[in-house]
Amino acid sequence: MSEAVKFNIRDLTVSYGNFKALHNVNMDIIENKVTALIGPSGCGKSTFLKTLNRMNDLVPNIGIEGRVLYDGKDIYSGYDVITLRKQVGMVFQASNVFPMSIYNNVAYGPRIHGIKSKKRLDHIVEESLKKAALWDEVKDRLNKDALSLSGGQQQRLCLARVMAVEPDVVLMDEPTSALDPVSTVQIEDLIRELKEHYTIVIVTHNMQQAARVSDFTVFFLNGEIVEMGSTEDIFYNPKDKRTEEYITGRFG
Amino acid sequence: MLGREKKEHQSYIEIVLFICALLCVAAVVIITIFVLVSALPLFKEVRLSDFLFSTHWLPTSRKDPGFGILSFIIGSLYVTFGALVIAVPLGIATAIFLAEMSTPKMAEVLGSAVQLLAGIPSVIYGFFGVMVIAPKVRQLFGGSGYSVMSASIVLAIMILPTIISISEVAISAVPKGYKEASLSLGASKWQTIFKVILPAARPGILASIGLGIGRAVGETTAVLMVGGNAPIMPKGLTSMVRTLTMNIATDMGYASGLHRTALFATGGVLFVFIMLLNIFVQVIQKKVKKDI
Repeated sequence: MSEAVKFNIRDLTVSYGNFKALHNVNMDIIENKVTALIGPSGCGKSTFLKTLNRMNDLVPNIGIEGRVLYDGKDIYSGYDVITLRKQVGMVFQASNVFPMSIYNNVAYGPRIHGIKSKKRLDHIVEESLKKAALWDEVKDRLNKDALSLSGGQQQRLCLARVMAVEPDVVLMDEPTSALDPVSTVQIEDLIRELKEHYTIVIVTHNMQQAARVSDFTVFFLNGEIVEMGSTEDIFYNPKDKRTEEYITGRFG
Repeated sequence: MLGREKKEHQSYIEIVLFICALLCVAAVVIITIFVLVSALPLFKEVRLSDFLFSTHWLPTSRKDPGFGILSFIIGSLYVTFGALVIAVPLGIATAIFLAEMSTPKMAEVLGSAVQLLAGIPSVIYGFFGVMVIAPKVRQLFGGSGYSVMSASIVLAIMILPTIISISEVAISAVPKGYKEASLSLGASKWQTIFKVILPAARPGILASIGLGIGRAVGETTAVLMVGGNAPIMPKGLTSMVRTLTMNIATDMGYASGLHRTALFATGGVLFVFIMLLNIFVQVIQKKVKKDI
C-alpha cells in the first residue's frame, strides 16, 4: 500500500501505576481512512485512542513509553499539546455538549483559538453544523439550549464542535454506544462522508459497525494487538484464532 | 399480615417525619409573628418613614426622643458589601484551587482548614479583630481602628468558609465530560475553567454568595467588637459603624417601653433584609439556569 501514514506508533507501552494497559503496540494509521479499534472491555483500545491526542495526560500516575509520531513528529517530545488537540479532535462516548446554546457550543473552539469576528463565527458554525448533518434540524433555533436536543442530535453537535476547529484527524470513542439505531446509522453515514477529508479512528464494541464503516481494523486483547489489517481480511479471513472467536461472538 | 404491619409501621414514621417538618415551619412562623407583634406598638407613636429614613437615634432622651435607624441600615450594608468585596474573589479563587488544581492530599488539608475556620466561634473572630486587625487598620489608615474596614475584614474571614465550601462543591459537581470536551478542543486549563466550568457552576457559586451575605448581615458579636458601635452615619472606611444587629444587642439589656419596641422593629427590618436576599438568590439562580 502506498497510502500516506498519519500516525506511526512504535513500541508504545502505557501503564497506570504498575498495571500495563498497553504493551509494545506498533501500528500505522493511514490518512483519509477509517481505522476501527475492536476488542473486549479493558483491552486497552480506549487507552490507545487517548494517547493519540494526549488526553491520557490527565490521568495521574500514567507512564507512557515508546513513540507516537504524528506526521513524522513525536507528539510526546516537544510537541505543543494545544496544537495537537486542535489537529486531532475527539468525540466521546457520552455526548458532552456544554450547557450553552447550540451556537455557542460550536463557536466555543474557534473562539478559544482567537476568532472574534461575528461574521466568521457565523460562517464556521453553519459549515460545521452542515458537515455534521445537523444544520437543517437546528438552523432556526441556534440560540436554544443544546441540552434540549435529542441524544443523537447532541452527538452530532459534538461532532460539529470538533469540525469547527478544523481538525485533521477525528478520534471517536464508542460514539454511538448510547444512541438508538436510527441515530447510529446517521453517525455511520457521516463517518463515511467525513473520511474524504479526515483521518478517522473509531473505538467500537459493535462488530457490525466496525465492518460497515472501517477500512482497517485492529483487534486488541489484554493490552496487545492480536491482529490488524484491512477490515475485509479481519472479518472474512482472520489469521488468528482469537480474532475469529471474538468476531463471531464466542467471547468478549 | 406481615405486610400490613410493615405498612402501618411506615405510616407512623411518615407521621413523625411530617411533625418534624412542621416544627421547623412553625418555628419560623412563630418567630415572625413574635417580632412583628412586639414591634407594632412603636408605629402608634413613630411614623414608619421616620423610623426607616431618619438618622436621629436618641431613644432614651426625654426632650427630643428619636427612633431613626437609617444609619444602622446603611452601616449593615457597608460592612456586608465590604466583606463581599474581599471574600468573594478570595473564596472563589480558593474554591477553584481546591476543586481543580490541588493534589488530593493538599485539598484534604486545605479543606479541613476551611472547615475549621467555619467552626471558630464568632467571639474569637472578634478577639482577633480587636487584637490584630483594628490596630493594623489604625496604624495604616488612621482613625480609631474600630471601623467599617475592620468590621468588613473580620466578616470577610467569617464568610469565607461558606463561600469556599459551597462553591467548591458546585465546581466539583460540573460533569467531567465538559472538561474533557473543552481540553480535547485545544483549550488550555484556564480557558476551560473560566469558559466552561465556572459558567456551569454559576448557580451554586451564586448560592454560596447569597448564604455568605446572609451570614454577614446577621453576624453580631464579632462586628460589635471591632465596629466601634457609634450610633452615627458611617462616613468612610475608617469611620465607626453600628449595624442593625449591633443596635439590638447593645440596647436590649436595658431598653424598655417604646425603645424596646424600636429594637424589635429593627429586628423586623433585619428579617425583611434576609427574606429579600433569599428571594433574590432564588430568582437569580432560576434566571441563570435558563440563560446558559
